[in-house]
Formats: sequence, C-alpha cells, structure tokens
Amino acid sequence: MIKSQKDFFSGLMFAIIGGGFAWGATSYSIGTGARMGPGYFPLLLGILLAILGVFTIFYSLVEHTEDGDKVGKFVWRPIVYVLGANVAFGILLAGLPSLGVPAMGLIVAIFALVIIASKAGDVFDLKEVLILATVLSVGSYLAFIVLLKLQMPVWPTFITG
Amino acid sequence: MDLLSNLALGFGVAFTPINLMYCLIGCILGTLIGVLPGIGPVATIAMLLPATYALPPVSALIMLAGIYYGAQYGGSTTAILVNLPGESSSVVTTIDGYQMARKGRAGPALAAAGLGSFFAGTVGTLILAAFAPPLTELAFKFGPAEYFSLMILGLVGAVVLASGSLLKAIAMIILGLLLGLIGTDVNSGVARFSFDIPELTDGVGFVVVAMGVFGYGEIISNLSQPEDEREVFTAKVEGLFPTKEDFKNMLPAVIRGTALGSLLGVLPGGGALLAAFAAYTIEKKTKLRPGEVPFGQGNIRGVAAPESANNAGAQTSFIPLLTLGIPPNAVMALMVGAMTIHNIQPGPQVMTSNPELFWGLIASMWIGNLMLVILNLPLIGMWIKLLSVPYRFLFPAIVLFCAIGVYSTNNNTFDIWMVAAFGFVGYVFVKLGVEPAPLLLGFILGPMMEENLRRALLLSRGDWTVFATRPLSAGLLGAALALLVIVLLPSIRNKREEAFVEE
Repeated sequence: MIKSQKDFFSGLMFAIIGGGFAWGATSYSIGTGARMGPGYFPLLLGILLAILGVFTIFYSLVEHTEDGDKVGKFVWRPIVYVLGANVAFGILLAGLPSLGVPAMGLIVAIFALVIIASKAGDVFDLKEVLILATVLSVGSYLAFIVLLKLQMPVWPTFITG
Repeated sequence: MDLLSNLALGFGVAFTPINLMYCLIGCILGTLIGVLPGIGPVATIAMLLPATYALPPVSALIMLAGIYYGAQYGGSTTAILVNLPGESSSVVTTIDGYQMARKGRAGPALAAAGLGSFFAGTVGTLILAAFAPPLTELAFKFGPAEYFSLMILGLVGAVVLASGSLLKAIAMIILGLLLGLIGTDVNSGVARFSFDIPELTDGVGFVVVAMGVFGYGEIISNLSQPEDEREVFTAKVEGLFPTKEDFKNMLPAVIRGTALGSLLGVLPGGGALLAAFAAYTIEKKTKLRPGEVPFGQGNIRGVAAPESANNAGAQTSFIPLLTLGIPPNAVMALMVGAMTIHNIQPGPQVMTSNPELFWGLIASMWIGNLMLVILNLPLIGMWIKLLSVPYRFLFPAIVLFCAIGVYSTNNNTFDIWMVAAFGFVGYVFVKLGVEPAPLLLGFILGPMMEENLRRALLLSRGDWTVFATRPLSAGLLGAALALLVIVLLPSIRNKREEAFVEE
C-alpha cells in the first residue's frame, strides 16, 4: 500500500526522468573516465537519479504518515489560464511564422495576456480588466520601449508594414 | 599601507561626478526593475546590460555594479512584500520577511534588509580589498579536483539546509544538474538532449527555469487555493522603522550573517545562496529571547541575517571572479560577459594591468551600497503601497513582466514556451511537496561540475582516487561527508525535521 502519495509520485517522477536521461545519454559517446564522452556525466547522473527515485518510492511504501500525504486534485483553471495567457502573449507578440500567424506586437499581446490571465481569478470584471490592461500597456511601453529600448514589435505588422 | 593607497586610488576613480551619476542611475534602474515581482537580479542585469555598451569600461562596470545592488535590493523587497523570491538566495528571506509583511511589519523588514545589507556590503568591500591579493594565491592552488570537491561540498551543504526530505532534495539537485547539461557539450560539440530543437542547443536559460518554477508555479498554486485559504494581507502598517527592540535583535544577527556571508561568498558555486541558507539556519539554532516572535512567523532576525549574508556573499563572490575569472554564480557570469564586451579578460591580470578599473570597481561597490540606503530607506513607504494593490490586479501584471522579461533576455519566443512548461513543472513540484531551490543550484553548477570532473579525471588518467589523494580536495570531500553523517544521525535528524516545520 502507498503510505505517502506525494513521495510515491515524486519518486516515480525521479525514476522516470533519471531513467530517461540515462537512456538518452547512451545515444552519445560515453568514453572512459580519462576521456569522457558527452554521454558519461549524464549517464552517471541519470542512473543516480533513477536509484534515488526507487528509494523514494520504497520509503513511500513503508514509512507511515498520518493522512496518507495525498497529492490532491490538480486545479486546472489557473494552470490553463495563466500559462495560456503566457503562450498567447508569445504568439501575438512575435507571430508564429510556421502557422502563418502575423506579429501583432506588444500592445495587442498585453491586452490578450491580461484578459486571459484575469480569467484565472475568481472575480472577472471586464471593465476593470480593460483598465488594468490599458495601464499596463502604457506603463510597459514607456518603461521597456522608450526607456530601456528593448527590441520588440510594438504594433501589428500590417499597420507598420 | 597598501590597502589604503589602493582604496584611495579606487575612490579617486569612482568619485568623479560622471561615475557617481552612472552609479546612481544604475541603482535606480536596478531597483525599479528588480522590484517587479518575479524579476530577479539576473533578469534585471540581462535586461539592462545593453544600456551600458556605449559607456567607457570603468563607467560601464560601475553602472552595472549599481544595477546589481539595486536589483538585489529590489529582489529582497518582492521577497518580503509578495513572497516571490527574485533569485534563489532570497528564498529564505521570504520565510520570515513575508510573515512580517502579513503582520503589518513590512517597514521594519525592509529596513532590516537594507541596513543589514549596507553593513554587510561595507565589511564585504573591505574584505575584498584586503584579501583579494593574497586570496589569489590560495585560489591558484585549486585544481579541477578541488573545484569538483568544493562544488560537492556546496551542494551537500545546500541539501542539508533545505527543508523536507533529504532524499528528495538530493534528487532535485541531480535533476537540476541534468537540466543544466542540456545543450551543446563544450568539449565534443554534441548537442545533448536537444531533440533537434535549434534553441535548445544553447541550453535552457537560467531565467526561464527560475521564472517558470518560482514565478508561474507560485502564482498558479496561489490561485488554485480557495479564496479563504489564500494569502491575504492584513495590511495595517505599524511604523516604518524598526523599533529599539528590533535593533537589539537585529544587530547580532547582522554580524553573524555578515561573517558567514563573507566566508562562504568566496566559494565558487552559489556562495551567496549557501550563505543565506546557512545564516538562517544558525539564527534558528540560537535561543529565542523571551517575547521574541518564533521563526517562520515573522522574526526580524530571519530577515536581517540571510540578507546580510547574501549581500556580504555577493560582495566577496567578486573575489573568484576578479582573481580567477571564474563566475561563481549566474550574476557574475553576466559580469564576465560585460567585461569581455569591453575587452577586459577577467582574471588575475586585471589587478596588475588595470589597477584603476579593479580598485575603482571595488570603491564603487561601496558607493552603490551607500546609495541604496539613501535611496531606499525614504522610499520604503512607496514599496509598501504595493501591498494595497489587490492580487487580482497584481498577478496579471506579474505574468506580463515575466513574459516580457523572458522574451527580452534572448528576443526569442521559444523561451516563452519553455517558461510555460516550467511553470507547469513548478506547480507539479508544489503538489508533490519537493523543494525547487536545490534544483536551481544544481542547474547552475551542472556544466561547471562536469567540466571540472572531466579535467580532474583527464589529469589523473581516469583514476578516481585523485579526489581523495589531493589533500585540499580530500578535506573538502571529508567536510561534505561529515555534514551528511551529522544530518543523518537520528538525534539531529529529528531536530532538523522539527526546525523545518513551518507555520
């Protein structure tokens, strides 16, 4: 029986990632201690990580915990909206040439990011969110483009040409 | 007096109006960017580095030093006010600093961080000036075997000080080391674990990992808690400055932190981080005075000690950089980049061939520290105002600044996809109860460790006993082993678990 769910799954994670790295390392030349190939160190570490993962799994089966140390439910809403906002920002800012998406620039990207990210919260008031996006757009434009002169598209390419 | 004449030379260089101005601008810009939650000194310096290209070398380095201190102080500010460590070494500051802020004592916490850092910076600068020349000699005795053992000691030290399961912390370090190896192998030119993605041949960016795991992971786990369990401020601020009682508690902690930080900062490989963790642990071990707030609930010593240690360590971590040309952490790696842009090869020759630059830089460090205190103590009230901004306005802004920061480090959208991936990973870490800080340390040290292991074994022709037969290396490994054994002793093990139980 699993006595600590958190330990069990973190052990599993370590074992799988360690094993993956070790397996991947074998596709590079390993070499010897004196003449290490690019696969030597990752192979060593991968095996070590896998062993530690197995140990962690073992402990999770024997060491008693009060409440089973449950991992608990993944709350998908903030994950999807926060990370989605981030990805949308990237796509809109610089475009996605491989899919034919044109660069829409910083300002459009900021509005998209703020609106999508705000969906992750409990309260969503469109008027408030639009005000926040406007404030952040102006602020970012002044701070990053005017003051710091960061190189990034500000306006959609079909406007600036 | 060599020391005095050297320092006089340095101050002569730094105290020109134009250089003072660059130092001031650097401090202001650094604080301004660094105070944005989720943007640490590394991201800040990376962002502002281009601004210094046009300056003469001395002014450029002075401005960069100013940016560094400003960013660091800004990072401590976000650690205290919004529980978001800008860099790994301010992780411990969040434990008590954030609790102080929640209790309405953000002012004293920020003042403690500022004053402690200034004291530590002053001492660190003096140590740097006094010991840089002789320490060069000691550092020359270090071969690859010694460096490898030193990094083992550093990593073991970090694990011992991390909270939670020792096994999982070690596993996280190794996971970090492995992530650090992603990218082109410098010796063979083979792109490792890059899955034929061109951007991955340069490796995964430190900023990406740090922002994803610490920034996004934290925001998501914060938002996923039901409203009533979420961290809410009862932002009633009682007095901006520390009370007399606070000063009495702070002073010994600042001195201990400074001593520890100066010592550990010299070690290549995250000295400042190690120092902050160690200083916090030591404070935790010392007896609480009657009526003092317990650690983890907003003890001012829990802010003052790691902040002093961090800053002293940041100062002395310039020693390996300036004497050997080896960057001990990500920030120093950026400094190396800045120096090479200005045609300065960091290393022992800087001190002899370019004394104005060397001593000018050291003097400007102290000036930078002083400016921070002058600049930031009056502005504490302004930083605290950040507290009154509701979280629903703050978190989209943090997400935005992370996204812009990540994009601007390389002007590359690929990093934005990566940071999203690491954000998810960070949330998984929170769910599984594993500490991300050791991962970050391993991540920085991965390539350096491999390089030194490789060199050491090349020199010894594949003989692993070289680490035990070279006396310095053996001593360092012995110390690491002793640390592990001590922590694993049953009596201490129980105490350690007790010590890390938070809340």
